[in-house]
Amino acid sequence: MANLSKQKNDMPVQDPKVRAKNFDEVALGYTEQQAKDEAERCLNCKNKPCSAGCPVGIDIPAFIQKIKDGDYEGAYQVIAKSSSLAAVCGRVCPQETQCESKCVRGKNGEPVAIGRLERFVADYHNAHKSKNVNKPESNGHRVAVVGSGPAGLSCAGELCSRGYDVTVFEALHTAGGVLVYGIPEFRLPKKIVADEIENLRARGVKFEVNTVIGRTLLVDELFEDGYEAVFIGSGAGLPNFMKIKGEDLNGVYSANEFLTRVNLMKAYKGGADTPIKHSKTVAVVGGGNVAMDATRCALRLGAERVVLVYRRSEAELPARKEEVEHAKEEGVEFMMLTAPVEVLGDEHKNVRALLCQKMELGEPDASGRRRPVPVPNSEFELEVDTVIAAIGTSPNPLIKNTTPGIDVQKWGGIITDENGKTTRDMVYAGGDAVTGAATVILAMGAGKDAAEQIDRKLRMQN
Amino acid sequence: MYKILEKTSLNPTVTRMVIDAPRVAQKAQAGMFIILRVDEDGERIPLTIADYDGKNGTVTIIFQIVGATTHKLNRLNAGDFICDFVGPLGNPTELDNLKKVAVIGGGVGCAIAYPTAKALHRKGATVHSVIGFRNKDLVILKDEFDAVSDKLVLMSDDGSAGRKGLVTDALKSLIEQGNTYDEVIAIGPLVMMKFVCKLTKEYGIKTIVSMNPIMIDGTGMCGGCRLTVGGEMKFACVDGPDFDGHLVDFDEAIERGRMYAEFEKKAYEKECNLLKGGN
Repeated sequence: MANLSKQKNDMPVQDPKVRAKNFDEVALGYTEQQAKDEAERCLNCKNKPCSAGCPVGIDIPAFIQKIKDGDYEGAYQVIAKSSSLAAVCGRVCPQETQCESKCVRGKNGEPVAIGRLERFVADYHNAHKSKNVNKPESNGHRVAVVGSGPAGLSCAGELCSRGYDVTVFEALHTAGGVLVYGIPEFRLPKKIVADEIENLRARGVKFEVNTVIGRTLLVDELFEDGYEAVFIGSGAGLPNFMKIKGEDLNGVYSANEFLTRVNLMKAYKGGADTPIKHSKTVAVVGGGNVAMDATRCALRLGAERVVLVYRRSEAELPARKEEVEHAKEEGVEFMMLTAPVEVLGDEHKNVRALLCQKMELGEPDASGRRRPVPVPNSEFELEVDTVIAAIGTSPNPLIKNTTPGIDVQKWGGIITDENGKTTRDMVYAGGDAVTGAATVILAMGAGKDAAEQIDRKLRMQN
Repeated sequence: MYKILEKTSLNPTVTRMVIDAPRVAQKAQAGMFIILRVDEDGERIPLTIADYDGKNGTVTIIFQIVGATTHKLNRLNAGDFICDFVGPLGNPTELDNLKKVAVIGGGVGCAIAYPTAKALHRKGATVHSVIGFRNKDLVILKDEFDAVSDKLVLMSDDGSAGRKGLVTDALKSLIEQGNTYDEVIAIGPLVMMKFVCKLTKEYGIKTIVSMNPIMIDGTGMCGGCRLTVGGEMKFACVDGPDFDGHLVDFDEAIERGRMYAEFEKKAYEKECNLLKGGN
């Protein structure tokens, strides 16, 4: 019986007051009953507008139908045809601007909670999966994947399914890229990422950590070593700074550094050797998901006051609505239409305040958003002991600098054609390394598409 | 996992280890560094490469036992394994076209200055080395420096080894004696490098320093190792670790190095107490 409720089923979450003090996952996931009930809201539209909104083209009505039928593993298999990281995407995809934004139910009420259903199905699969894995038969051809973030993992998964012998090279000591160093435990438990990587390993993908391509090994050496194609998914890891006075004071972090200390190095746990500043008052500058992650980590580390400083108004915040709401519920203070001017320090060069100025919205700029302009004589000091700059990242130039024949954009993004091929033969690229900082699912889509193109090219040659 | 092949104590606070790391060894050059993690919960620490052997696939590190992590590392012996060892990172020291160079090493910084002196010597440059230590018990690599230097001056703060005084005193007299250097390469504590640079600036001699600030990933990702060089923000890991010493803001680097001093002290005490308990 179709569910005609205009509202989607609420996601059970940890109480905001409780969760603001722990690193456990915030959203708890649908129960079987909630999942079935929500699945009944899907109208199973023939033209599948939702699938068109999915960067990897998951057959969404088909997997939801399987939930209605109670065949959860079958639902997972439908998703798995298009996505190798369902448990991750069910948690971190901005569904509200992708699949769910196209849902017919959204025209009169809330769209079907596709993301929550995807998560339910993936978690069901991981809890019930059999230990026997189907290891695809090898075709004997080797492909190297640089970077083990979403782009690299999805490229490796797709190539592996097509029979390739794939090795993923990772610069850090743990595979997962931004999924492990960037996105915090309470939004994406590291166990889930580790499970997904274990799945790939069981299917035959090799992982070599502690290997910096461009330093430890060069792309040319990968070819000499017998790899027939290389996919570059090295992400956008270089942090941007604010370029204001006082940025070198102690207590100023890039969001990358702050989140890496907390997530990858587990500085939030007793027993980890990596230090982190346990701040009293924190200003996070920026308005994206990374900024939200930084504010919420700072709260959980025990800060008494965490302020998000953003130069436009709340309507322009690029972060997902859900992250903004979660941050607010947990007690993050939103200081909108405010821009940093200078970080002020004490005599020991520790941060003592962030000098800010109020902004107002003027004419739309190149991005189509109204440009923030300073309000004269509106400067004020925000007393904080820590400032975290979460104002974006750029691609790392290491591979470009050490690989002849790879052209990049002025801002560092690797140039590719419509097939994901770089200006160098048999070298493909995708994800943030090409687009600049974007989303997990877009990177996954690019990785998967590049895998198809690599397969096509190698088949033509062999 | 990376096997420790040899371990030698150079003095009571400085240890040398030879690590089995073929890929790192094949790419290593003087001036580059590695990042290691002793165990699963360990922090990532950068150490400049002290020597390397591409044929045998080994990399030598020399470290001072100063904090919890180096203490932990020092508890391992030949035959044990280090969890992670990645590199070589950073840019190699530029040694081409140098005819006469003064290489200045201070304390454990000599471990990094030595491969530079050796590489210069092999390239046929005239090498004057000045190495300084607090006292005779802390002297390391004297014979090694001797073998690759046309002139070696040993200095100690208390006069118990070589001449009494600072490396800057020795460098100043070498310059005053009429030696003209294409370049001075100074590697040691920040304060030492700062004063070497102050001196060489007076004489207008180009000076290269090797910076070793706090960092995590070593590939440009965290920005923790940022320095101000010539008024611009630079990352030691990808833009360095070598920089024109006359442009480095040393005072800022010294303050940044103190960021976790309190945490370090506590972690070190905890590590020492653990050790006491273990024995």
